[in-house]
Amino acid sequence: MEEKKKKTATTPTVLFVNKEKEPLLSKKNRKLLSDPMNDNNPITVQVLGICSALAITVQLKPAIVMGVSVMVVMAASNVLISLLRNLIPNRIRIIVQLVVVAAMVILVDQILRAYAYDVSKQLSIFIGLIITNCIVMGRLEAFALGHGVWKSFLDGIGNAAGYAVILIIVAFFRELFGSGKLLGYQVIPDALYEMGYVNNGLMLLSPMALITVGVLIWIQRSRNRKLIEKH
Amino acid sequence: MEAYLNLFVKSIFIENMIFAYFLGMCSYLAVSKTVKTAVGLGLAVIFVLAITVPINFLLDSYLLRPGALSWMGEAYADIDLSFLSFIMFIAVIASMVQLVEMVVERFAPALYGALGIFLPLIAVNCAILGGSLFMQQKDFSGVTESAVYGLGSGIGWLLAILAIAAIREKITYSNVPAPLRGLGITFIITGLMALGFMSFMGIKL
Repeated sequence: MEEKKKKTATTPTVLFVNKEKEPLLSKKNRKLLSDPMNDNNPITVQVLGICSALAITVQLKPAIVMGVSVMVVMAASNVLISLLRNLIPNRIRIIVQLVVVAAMVILVDQILRAYAYDVSKQLSIFIGLIITNCIVMGRLEAFALGHGVWKSFLDGIGNAAGYAVILIIVAFFRELFGSGKLLGYQVIPDALYEMGYVNNGLMLLSPMALITVGVLIWIQRSRNRKLIEKH
Repeated sequence: MEAYLNLFVKSIFIENMIFAYFLGMCSYLAVSKTVKTAVGLGLAVIFVLAITVPINFLLDSYLLRPGALSWMGEAYADIDLSFLSFIMFIAVIASMVQLVEMVVERFAPALYGALGIFLPLIAVNCAILGGSLFMQQKDFSGVTESAVYGLGSGIGWLLAILAIAAIREKITYSNVPAPLRGLGITFIITGLMALGFMSFMGIKL
């Protein structure tokens, strides 16, 4: 550390050049993408963005659409806030963030209505609720306000992907066991139904989303013991 | 009167913000460790919901809805500003929260001290924006109806967070499997409570 300091003091340009040459996907930047998938997952570890995650996971298709929408909104608003971060007065930053996010969400909502009307009807108010989705606000507060544009972009993509992964896993199990279908196509063969297999209607009810996420957390934490809470 | 009572009970129990729609889960999970703070946040949510839902109703019916601008004259009758509703609603909510914070600080310093950081946090509670968006979907006929809905949803939210906080206070003494401690068990308990709340379905007054 000491040596490095000396070096930079004598040859500041070298450091600058080095920094400039940091590859777009350096190890640190890759970590920004991969961390939210497991160790720092927004839903199961940071406890952000639960509201929408649970309500729209009855079927796989809306869950995927929601994941992609959140990804677009998060990447775009992270980049915008990171660009504006030196211009925003600290006192009104929440309102500025809300306005930026709301503008992005309106764009996504209008696009969905134009090109995927059925899904947008199914998602109903939950597209609008991306505005108050805690992941978006949380990452803006915790990351984009203090980091550069490219890093914020990666952070947005990574966290949205971590969110989408949980959404898709929960929706996969709920649709599979609840209605025997995946993405609307029947996957459980008729022969099984003839043998007496019955769809578990309970999985379609909203409380089962909570229990599924609870079990997911259980599995994740028993594999990754350092995440266990004291109480 | 009967219709209002019906709506009130429906918004508390049958369409409970947490157990039926999972709105406001983030703060519900984060702030439910002790009963005292849970009650503080719940009261603040009731307060803000009961104020913002009727305001947003007026905004929706005189400004945003298709044809809402007809009071300005014939020429404005077919303007549809509903795509602006997200941004208008969230602006109203953010500014109301700020206003409520200032009023409470001025006139009820004790309550302000008790609510502390929760008041500003409410601006990003999904239950508040969700209340306004559901109001827009439900096509209420008047301000009173929307106010009753806002109040009812808020009370439902308070009940839910109060119940889980009480359970979590007790569960610290029980022997939960280690990986399930904290968040996991809270999710599962909430799921079971939501199953219980489903028994209110179909009640009509």
